[in-house]
Amino acid sequence: MTEKFSVQRYLRGLKFPFCPGCGNYTVANSFLRGVHELGYGDLAGFVFCSGIGCAAWIPSPYFLADSIHTPHGRSIPVATGVKLFRPELKVVVFGGDGDLAGIGLSHLIHAARRNVDIKVIMVNNMVYGMTGGQVAPTTPFGTVTSTTPYKSFERPIDAVRLVASAGANYAARWTTAHQEQLKESVKKALETPGFCFIETVSQCPTAFGRRAGFKNVAEMLRWFKQNSIPREEAEKMPPEMLEGKIVVGEFAYGKAPTLSENIRQMVVEARKAYA
Amino acid sequence: MIIICWLDKIYVVVCFSNSFYLEGKGMRDLLASGTYFWQGNEACAYGAVVAGCRFFAGYPITPSSEIAEHLSRLLPLVDGVFIQMEDELASINAIIGASWAGAKAMTATSGPGFSLMQESIGYAFMTETPCVIVNVQRAGPSTGQATKAAQGDVMQARWGTHGDHSAIVLSPNSVQEMFEQTIRAFNLAEKYRVPVVVLADEVMGHMREKIHIPPLEKIEVINRKTPSKGEDVFFGLKEVAPMPAVGKGFNVAVTGSTHDERGVRFTADPEVHRRLVTNLVKKIEDNKDDIIEVEAYNLEDCEVAVVCFGCTSRTVYEAVEEAEKKGVNVGYLRLKTLWPFPAETVRRLAEHVEKIIVPEMNLKQIFYEVERAACGKAEVVSVNKIGGGEMIFPEELLEEVVP
Repeated sequence: MTEKFSVQRYLRGLKFPFCPGCGNYTVANSFLRGVHELGYGDLAGFVFCSGIGCAAWIPSPYFLADSIHTPHGRSIPVATGVKLFRPELKVVVFGGDGDLAGIGLSHLIHAARRNVDIKVIMVNNMVYGMTGGQVAPTTPFGTVTSTTPYKSFERPIDAVRLVASAGANYAARWTTAHQEQLKESVKKALETPGFCFIETVSQCPTAFGRRAGFKNVAEMLRWFKQNSIPREEAEKMPPEMLEGKIVVGEFAYGKAPTLSENIRQMVVEARKAYA
Repeated sequence: MIIICWLDKIYVVVCFSNSFYLEGKGMRDLLASGTYFWQGNEACAYGAVVAGCRFFAGYPITPSSEIAEHLSRLLPLVDGVFIQMEDELASINAIIGASWAGAKAMTATSGPGFSLMQESIGYAFMTETPCVIVNVQRAGPSTGQATKAAQGDVMQARWGTHGDHSAIVLSPNSVQEMFEQTIRAFNLAEKYRVPVVVLADEVMGHMREKIHIPPLEKIEVINRKTPSKGEDVFFGLKEVAPMPAVGKGFNVAVTGSTHDERGVRFTADPEVHRRLVTNLVKKIEDNKDDIIEVEAYNLEDCEVAVVCFGCTSRTVYEAVEEAEKKGVNVGYLRLKTLWPFPAETVRRLAEHVEKIIVPEMNLKQIFYEVERAACGKAEVVSVNKIGGGEMIFPEELLEEVVP
């Protein structure tokens, strides 16, 4: 803790591939700051799993750690396999909204239901960025994207509430304009046993902002700030006033036993019965 | 010599390079050597545990579910993990994760689930992740006839995933072989760092018959080669590269994208892709002699030969006996390894027989492979049957064997 934070000590030294102004830099930075403030001098003992998409490239292979870059949407099952066989490891998943709330959504819900002790950081840029800006399950209603050239006509998913109601021990949402809160959430997630989920609404100036009518990254971040409403306040507001708003804050904070604990308990009882 | 704790008892494991033999009583508490009357799926589950499988993730599907049921009982007793996942995609990916965590890992499924797993079977091939996939075949395509035997996944097992690749696919034809080939599948998976498919069928999965379990110390079990401290080349070598487990300080980067020998992604470099994929394919194709196993009967002298595999070969045994009584000089070649295909053996066979008969419970999937290998030197005839799990009857085969 006394040592000065240096992002480099956690990185391999390869150049990140993200566009200028990408929110992934902020997410990576906030995560590593959280790790640093918890006193981890390196990432030994961490395993990072990530699927396909820009956000999945945050740890793989840039973090100086073990990383498994999985098929699209399957980072959570891979992480579950790692964690169940090696409960002593800290398993963290990075992924985008398409990866985790689109193609991989059922794994997200089931992991929360199982309360498997993994930490999931979802970078929600509201669009399929890597493939060129197609509409995503998280795209706000009425947004122009490359596959909704007139406007999007589906309601977006609220991943944080979904995960919270599925039984996660911790669930929070911030935006890239909330770096400090994001970092604090990372610390909480790493310290809380069980399934922890942090959604970060993030800017993709290249594939989202450009078509959605934002002039630059600063304008997107301003939009995040002006549109964010703390959960406590939002709960007092009528639903129509929350249209198009980003509700931020913590949505779940539980102490339910983790999947590994429940398995261990089952095994102890099973062996007694067998012996 | 390593001492490991297992079921609160002490076991001595004697290591001979990559293979080791288990000694001790504990596993015998679960499985004493002797004769049993088992269902094939049960034999498969025991085979997995004997081979060292300590992680199973699966999703229920007929006719494979008993494998999961038996392992859900066995694995918690041997410090293993059993988990039923939300679907087959999760199942195969969980075993991939567990394999990188250091486990010998397996899943079991049938046709529809096998189709869902294909993308990640390719991932396991590309990332050189040892794992075993048991496919207890049923009649497809699609939901088909869920409880009925078929052999229609022969080509899916070979070519199911996209891109260039090679495959190791084993084909058991008895409850005994459900046990033995499951062990062999783990050994090959660990030795070559590849996903290995045990392509069983509903008959093998559900049939009950006598099985002999040898003393466990007589069973060869192969473990993966792991790197020494300081090594950092883990992928894409002509020989099998050592495989580190995560959490051991190697900072290994695993990716299904094209990567160099250190695991760093190269998404556009033509040479890196060529080198990687060629080496991954060669790793299997150059070791065909070690991988391929066949059962041969009277092949050197016969005039008529039958090439068969899986449940259909049980018909062949009877038909050949009948044909011999009728004075026909007949032999058979049973493919215990379907892929890599023993093309050289079939080619030599075609040089001296008049006719090769290929019975299978699909519409000519291995037939064309046999025909290709025979190079027109012998007449290749198909006897096939699909639907209702109905076997090819010995009489139906005899019609072709005895003209």
